[in-house]
Amino acid sequence: MVRIIDRRFDSKGKSTVNRQRFMRRFKQQIRKAVSEAIHGRSIRDLDNGEEVSIPARDLSEPTLHQGRGGIWEQVFSGNDQFSSGDLINRPLGGGGGGSGKGKASNEGEHEDEFVFQLSREEFLDLFFEDLELPRLIRTQLARVTDYKTHRAGFTSDGVPANINIVRSMRGALGRRLALGSPYNARLRELQRELEDVVARYGEDSEEARVLRDEMGKLRAKIDKIPFIDSFDLRYNNRVKVPRPTTQAVMFCVMDVSGSMDEERKSTAKRFFMLLHLFLTRTYEHIDVVFIRHHTVAKETDEDEFFHSRESGGTVVSSALVLMRDIIRERYANGQWNIYGAQASDGDNWDNDSPICRKLLDNDILPWCQYFAYIEITSGDPQNLWREYEKLSGARDNFAMQHIESPADIYPVFRELFKKTIA
Amino acid sequence: MKRVPAARKPKPLPAGSEWSFESIDRYHTEIARVAKDYGLDTYPVQIEIITAEQMMDAYASVGMPVNYHHWSFGKHFLSTEKGYKRGQMGLAYEIVINSNPCIAYLMEENTLTMQGLVIAHAAYGHNSFFKGNYLFRTWTNADAIIDYLLFARNYITECEERYGEEEVELLLDSCHALMNLGVDRYKRPPRLSLAKEKLRQQEREEYLQSQVNDLWRTLPAHELRPESRPEHQRFPAEPEENLLYFIEKNAPLLEPWQREVVRIVRKIAQYFFPQRQTQVMNEGWATYWHYTLLNTLYDEGLLADSFMLEFLQSHTNVVAQPPYNSRWYSGINPYALGFAMWRDIRRICEDPDEEDRRWFPEIAGSDWRETFDFAMRNFKDESFIAQYLSPRVMRDFRLFAVLDDDREDKLKVSAIHDESGFQRVREILSEQYNLGNREPNIQVWNVDLRGDRSLTLRHQQHQRRPLGDSTEEVMKHVARLWGFTVRLETIDEAGRRELASEVRAERRRNGREN
Repeated sequence: MVRIIDRRFDSKGKSTVNRQRFMRRFKQQIRKAVSEAIHGRSIRDLDNGEEVSIPARDLSEPTLHQGRGGIWEQVFSGNDQFSSGDLINRPLGGGGGGSGKGKASNEGEHEDEFVFQLSREEFLDLFFEDLELPRLIRTQLARVTDYKTHRAGFTSDGVPANINIVRSMRGALGRRLALGSPYNARLRELQRELEDVVARYGEDSEEARVLRDEMGKLRAKIDKIPFIDSFDLRYNNRVKVPRPTTQAVMFCVMDVSGSMDEERKSTAKRFFMLLHLFLTRTYEHIDVVFIRHHTVAKETDEDEFFHSRESGGTVVSSALVLMRDIIRERYANGQWNIYGAQASDGDNWDNDSPICRKLLDNDILPWCQYFAYIEITSGDPQNLWREYEKLSGARDNFAMQHIESPADIYPVFRELFKKTIA
Repeated sequence: MKRVPAARKPKPLPAGSEWSFESIDRYHTEIARVAKDYGLDTYPVQIEIITAEQMMDAYASVGMPVNYHHWSFGKHFLSTEKGYKRGQMGLAYEIVINSNPCIAYLMEENTLTMQGLVIAHAAYGHNSFFKGNYLFRTWTNADAIIDYLLFARNYITECEERYGEEEVELLLDSCHALMNLGVDRYKRPPRLSLAKEKLRQQEREEYLQSQVNDLWRTLPAHELRPESRPEHQRFPAEPEENLLYFIEKNAPLLEPWQREVVRIVRKIAQYFFPQRQTQVMNEGWATYWHYTLLNTLYDEGLLADSFMLEFLQSHTNVVAQPPYNSRWYSGINPYALGFAMWRDIRRICEDPDEEDRRWFPEIAGSDWRETFDFAMRNFKDESFIAQYLSPRVMRDFRLFAVLDDDREDKLKVSAIHDESGFQRVREILSEQYNLGNREPNIQVWNVDLRGDRSLTLRHQQHQRRPLGDSTEEVMKHVARLWGFTVRLETIDEAGRRELASEVRAERRRNGREN
């Protein structure tokens, strides 16, 4: 007798534990591969998991086996040209004659890369490992301004709009049954008596009349039981529960003046992408506001932000003024976690930089969870940097970093969001 | 021509590519009936339908339904998954577990034809081989293996909880490195049984711990009368081939639980040992039987032509043997060689020619089922080839032997498939399947009982073949298990001794000086 067992719905992922162990063991190598992975490609792609490769020799399992050398005498198939005693040149590098190939299996050593797929979660975990959003917890606890209503059963008072009809009618029916049942019982009794009396004394006898009167009264009583009463009414109950804010807005401020070339813009873009990705891990909902500026600032959509070409001089404060206005207009109701990132080559009109500092200090930083300034330049810090430096000591939600080449992005990012031990 | 027995009005088996539980059941019933007619003796069959992902899981834990956790299984899983997802490889033809009842996995993606093929191949071919072959009979215990694996996994999980995953993982790494040298090649093992195992485990722990202290008996008290242990007396008295066994029993510093883990790895290595020794026979046997069983059903008129076409295509792929100069060549295909040999044996029995009578006087013209049964039960690859590889198969495969001596400039064709070469080719091929030759011969030679407790292993060189380049790594693992200095000596064919590797270590039990 055969047993056929359908195992398809058994727990999947029996290997999950083994897989996790593998990941843990080779964390160093995998992390290295992950940070290398971001150099080569657009950061937007990183969201979809990643294929990583780590050197196979790092994870080989050593065994005692025979190596190459000495005497090997082996049998091959498909002889098409050889006779006993023939001498053959050694095939080079396993190609050609193929008689050397058999030995490859004795070696079992492959210097290849071991390539495998990380899931999106695994990838991002590694990618953002040890990073955290600064001051996140404080805000969540301090500003509980958003409420969500939940159903919470039924109550006996409320507004008419919340009446639960089914519940109310069920209550009414129950009440009518309960109140009416003694009368109904009596009525049935009288009915039997009446039939008895009618049979005995005739339809129009005195006894029958008395009984009918009594039944009429009973019916009137039953009819007086109200169909629905105010205490039958049930209302849907809703309670408000406070909900921590899990929405964030991210301001991307970029300088597109003539001095920002394509390469710098793409560096800035990667930084913004990284920040966006990072925020998506913490917040359910993220608004992104793109502000580009040269001498005047403009709010744009993403595509225009990165791609349209404009140039001219630089007035950074224009962008900060716009950012301030947008915050006041749309995000000042306390439900938003506000993050700002500004990228620039640091080249600004000299007399504008102090204005920028004041704007940040007075109007923007008080609203922001975090504001990061990155200066993309290969040379010395520019005037904006020097001005901002005064801020960075005074404000703990302000940070600035310097990026020279795309390779710096990830390290700088890690530096900005390094987990601080509270 | 279909031979339809008059007494039987056959109702054809379901055709088409979609399977259902009813159709699998019907196929199984018919296959089982034919297998019984042919006299195949099998364990009861348990068919399990699994998904591709579960198949990959099974792959990763070396085909076992339960196994302990280790990162290396995760590594296998990842590489299988990658290959499968990219479409580089299909998944297993089948996985079948040598247990009682015999568990055969069918993948849900398979077509009905493939399910039928796998049932015939795994559930009757392999199954009967597991039950009959002497290696499996002596080395493995089909009744107990699942229980034992369960015991192993629970035990190791318990160890992880108690001593930390890292600690257990390091130990398993070391054991895995020695896994291929952790088998008894000649000694017969006692039978495994879960009940016995559990019962004995505790008592073994305590007992063993008292026994290993043999090595500690060299403390000063014994130094007083050194003549009692002469300098030249070796420990162990006889060289020990099973490295893991020796470590389990004698490593001075292992904790009882560590000994148990070593034992688990050793037992599992032992369980797989017969499989490694009977590839050609076992795969050939299963392939022969799925071919024969399904053809028999077809002759009875039970199988549709479409079924046969799909089956034959799949079968042909399995038994293809590319020539040495093909880019697909990767050695002799055990399915092809095994299938050809079993077919040939039947031919020799039923229809021998003059050559067969000369080469195989004892089986030519005999009853093929008896001959099959005898061959299946009493051989392993090495001896099976030495005994049954016929000139005809060698000719068909155009086998030739190449001698590669690194002292010579050129390779030499030492024998080909001709009258003068048959014996030699057969001999070389048989040697090629001898695990004793394929793996380095390394034995425990000595423990320096009176000195630093160092362990000396000896590698007896075969055909001047050196050890592979991960030897140094493995020696570190040996040192970790042993706890003191270990060295490996190589003895070449002329008998010269040379120190191949030495790892110095002196581990102390942390904080617990006994």
